[in-house]
Amino acid sequence: METQVARLGLMLSSGTLLPAKERAKEVEVVFESEKKLWLSGNEAIALGAWEAGITVASGYPGTPSTEIMGNFNTYDGVYAEWAPNEKVGLEVAIGASFTGARALATMKHVGLNVAADPLFTSAYTGVRGGLVILTADDPEMHSSQNEQDNRNYAFAAKMPMLEPSDPAEAKSMIGRAIALSEELDTPVLFRITTRIAHVKGVVEKGEQVEVPQTSIEKVPAKLVMLPGNARVRRKYVEERMAKAREIAETLPENHIEPGTGKRGFIAAGTSYNYVKEAFPEAPVLKLGMVWPLPEKMIREFADTVEELIIVEELDPFLENHIKAMGIDCHGQDIIPTQGELNSFIVKKAVAPESIPELFEPLELPMRPPNMCAGCPHRGLFYGLSKMKNVFVSGDIGCYTLGFLPPLSAMDACVCMGASITMAHGMAKALGKESEGRLVSVLGDSTFLHSGITGLLNTVYNSSYATTIILDNRITAMTGHQNNPASGKSISGEPANQIDFEQLCTALGVKRVVVVNPNDVNATRKVLKEEIESPEPSVIISRAPCILLPEEIKRKKPVYYTRLDNCTGCTACVQMGCPAISWHPITPAEAVEKGYREKQKGYAEITEVQCNGCGQCAAVCKFEAITKREEN
Amino acid sequence: MKQSGNILFSGVGGQGILLASELTAYAQLAAGYDVKKSEVHGMAQRGGSVEAHLRYGERVYSPLIDPGCADILVAFEILEAVRYLPYLHKDSAVVVNTQKILPPAVALGKMTYPADILSELTSRNINVVAIDAFAIAEQVGELKTVNVAMVGAMSNFLAVDPAVFDSVIDNTIKEPFREVNKKAFEAGRAAVYAK
Ligand SMILES: Cc1ncc(C[n+]2csc(CCOP(=O)(O)OP(=O)(O)O)c2C)c(N)n1
Repeated sequence: METQVARLGLMLSSGTLLPAKERAKEVEVVFESEKKLWLSGNEAIALGAWEAGITVASGYPGTPSTEIMGNFNTYDGVYAEWAPNEKVGLEVAIGASFTGARALATMKHVGLNVAADPLFTSAYTGVRGGLVILTADDPEMHSSQNEQDNRNYAFAAKMPMLEPSDPAEAKSMIGRAIALSEELDTPVLFRITTRIAHVKGVVEKGEQVEVPQTSIEKVPAKLVMLPGNARVRRKYVEERMAKAREIAETLPENHIEPGTGKRGFIAAGTSYNYVKEAFPEAPVLKLGMVWPLPEKMIREFADTVEELIIVEELDPFLENHIKAMGIDCHGQDIIPTQGELNSFIVKKAVAPESIPELFEPLELPMRPPNMCAGCPHRGLFYGLSKMKNVFVSGDIGCYTLGFLPPLSAMDACVCMGASITMAHGMAKALGKESEGRLVSVLGDSTFLHSGITGLLNTVYNSSYATTIILDNRITAMTGHQNNPASGKSISGEPANQIDFEQLCTALGVKRVVVVNPNDVNATRKVLKEEIESPEPSVIISRAPCILLPEEIKRKKPVYYTRLDNCTGCTACVQMGCPAISWHPITPAEAVEKGYREKQKGYAEITEVQCNGCGQCAAVCKFEAITKREEN
Repeated sequence: MKQSGNILFSGVGGQGILLASELTAYAQLAAGYDVKKSEVHGMAQRGGSVEAHLRYGERVYSPLIDPGCADILVAFEILEAVRYLPYLHKDSAVVVNTQKILPPAVALGKMTYPADILSELTSRNINVVAIDAFAIAEQVGELKTVNVAMVGAMSNFLAVDPAVFDSVIDNTIKEPFREVNKKAFEAGRAAVYAK
C-alpha cells in the first residue's frame, strides 16, 4: 500500500491529452455530418463570443469563469488579455465597445463587486459595439468566499441579463446578448454558474458573423457622464428598460413548455434542468432572460396552472419580482436559498412523498485541499506559525490554505487586497499594543489586483504593519494565469515584468526585504526583524510556484528520511507537507526498530512526491532528512 | 441497451479522474447518447477530494447525479468510494481501486485510516469490484495509466462495445501514449473477469 501512496506523485495525467482544439476536431468525426462539439460551458462561451464577432476581451481570473479567456484567446483575429483586476478588465471592454468593436469582460461573481463602478455608469453611456459582461456565480461556494447572487446587479444597474441552462445555450445566448446590446444600446450582463461553466455538453458549431468596423467617433453627450449629460441618459435608461421588457415577451429564450398536471414551474439557468428531471411532464416557463422579466408571459402562464412554483438557486430574485406583480407562488417557502440545487432537492421540496430512502453518509476523515509538496508558501507560513502572538491578516490565493492545520497561520481573510488594509485598521484601533504583532500576507496577483492602494494608504497614514508579498510569479490558485509579475502575456509572449522592490519603494516603503521562503531559517529571522520594526516594511517572499512548467522540468534534488536518525519529534510533520507522513508505533515496535521505547512514531518522506524544496531538511535537528545525492 | 445511466467518478486531485470521465463521455457520445458531465475545479485540485458526474441518455438535462441514483461508481481510492455511499442504490456497481491515499489528518497522525472500510459497501449488498489498478499500470509499464485501467474495469458494466474505447483512445490520447493506454484498458477490463 505504502509504495502506491508513494507513487501518486507520478500520476498527473493531463499531459497525455490532446489539446482541446484538436480534440474538438476529433469529436466532430464522432458526429460526422452535424458539426457538433463536446464543450464545457466556458469553452462554448468562448466559441459563441468568437462566432458573435467579439474581437476584444479582457478579464481577471476567478473560478468558475477562468477558462473562457484562455479559450477565447485561441481563436483567430481576436485580442484577449488578463487585466490586473476586474474593474480594469471591464473598463477595457467598455473602451473597445466605444470604437464599435464587440467586446467581452469576464469575471467571477465577486469580481463584479470590484467592477461595480464602471458597471453602473456604463448602463448610462450604453455602447457602440455590443458589450457582454460575464459574471460566473458559485452557488455552494466550491471555490469562493461568498455565495452572492449577481442577478441582483441586473436590477440594481438597470441592465438586461441573460442566463443559459447548459453549454449549448451558453454558446447561442452570447450571440443573443450581443444583438440585444446593440439593439438596446446597453451592456448586457451574462450570468453563468459553476454548473454551466464546468459542465460539458454537446454544442453545435456555427459560423462567425461579419465583424463590425471600428472607428473613433466623438459623441460626448453619450460618452461623457457628468451631471448634465447623465440626467439625459438616465431618462434613456428607463426608456430602454421599458423596451427590453417588451422584447422579453417575444424573445425565443423565454418560452412556455406546455405540460400536464396542476403544478407549473418557472425556472432559469441550471435550475430549469432540475425541474425538467424532477417533473418531466409539468408545464414550465423557461426564462433565458432573467432581467427584465416578461410580465405578460408570466401572468398568462400563472393563469393556466393551479399551483405556481419558482425554482431558483440562491436569492428569491424571480420570486420577489413575480410576487410584486401580485402573483401568488411558492418559492423560498419550500426551495432552499442556500447552496446548489439538484433534481433531488427540487423533488423533495415539491413532492416529498416521492423521495426514495438513501444510504446514510459515514463519518470519514475529510480530504481538504492542501498546499502542494514543495510549495514555497509553506516555508513562509511555517515561519508565521511559530509566531503565536502575531495576528496574520490574510488574503485570497493558494496561500489561504496556510489557514489549515497544522500551520494554522492565518487569522482573517475577507476579500482580495483586504489583508493590508485590515492590518492597518487594526493597527490604528489597537495603537501601541499592536506594535510587533501585525502582519499582512498576500500573493503577487492579489497585491497587483488591489493591494497597491492599501499599501499606499499604510505608508501615507503612517502605520507600521508589515506586508508580505508572496511572489511566486503566477496566479496559481485559479490554474496558472500569467500576471504582470510573470513577465509573460496571456499567450506566453514576453511582457513587462513588474519590479516589486521599485514599486514598494515608490509607494514610500523604506524597508523592502527579499527572502527565499524555502530557506526556512533565514525567513524566520527576517519575519521577526520586520514585524518588530516600528515602521512600515515589505517582505517579498520570492520563489516560483513549483507547478510552473519550467519548474516541473527543472531537475530538483529529492530528500529522503534516514529513519535511524528520526526521533519522532514531528518538527517536519508540523509543516503539513503532503509528501511527509507520520507512522505511529507501539513501544514494542519502537524497541524493535532501535528507537527509544517512548518514541511514539516516525516521519517518512514519500520520495516520488517530494519536489525538493528542502524546507523540511532545514527544520530537522537530527539529520534525519537528507538530499539524495544521485539526483 | 439501457436507455440512460449515471456514472460517478471519485478520487483525489491528481489521480486522472477528469481524463477517465472524459474518455467515458466520448465513448457514450460515440454510442449515440446525449451526455452531460459536471466537474468541480479550483480548490478541489490541491489534493482534495475530486468528483465528476457523467449522465447519459436520450436527452439529458441535469448535469448532476442525484443522491441514490449513481448506477456505477468509479472510485480511485478506497475512502473516496465509501464517501459517496449516499449516491448509491441497491443495484449500483462500485469499481474501486484498492489504493489508499492518506488524508491530511491521517498523515499527521491525528486520525487513523479506517480499516476494512469497503465492508461498509458489501454489507449493504452493493456490488463491489475491487481492482489493483496501480499494479495493472505497473504491469503495462506506464504508471500514468491507472485511470485508463479503471475505465477498462468500469467498461464491463456498460452496453458499449469495447472497440469504441479503442477508437476513443486513438482520437483523444497523444502518441506515444496510445498503445500503452489501450493495454491498460484491456488489462483493467480483464481484471474484473479474473475475480
Ligand atoms: C475579486 C476577486 N477576483 C478573483 C478572485 C479569484 N481568485 C482567488 S485567489 C486568486 C489569485 C491568487 O493569486 P496570487 O495572489 O498570485 O496567489 P497564488 O494563488 O499564486 O498563491 C484569484 C484570482 C477572487 N477571489 N476575488
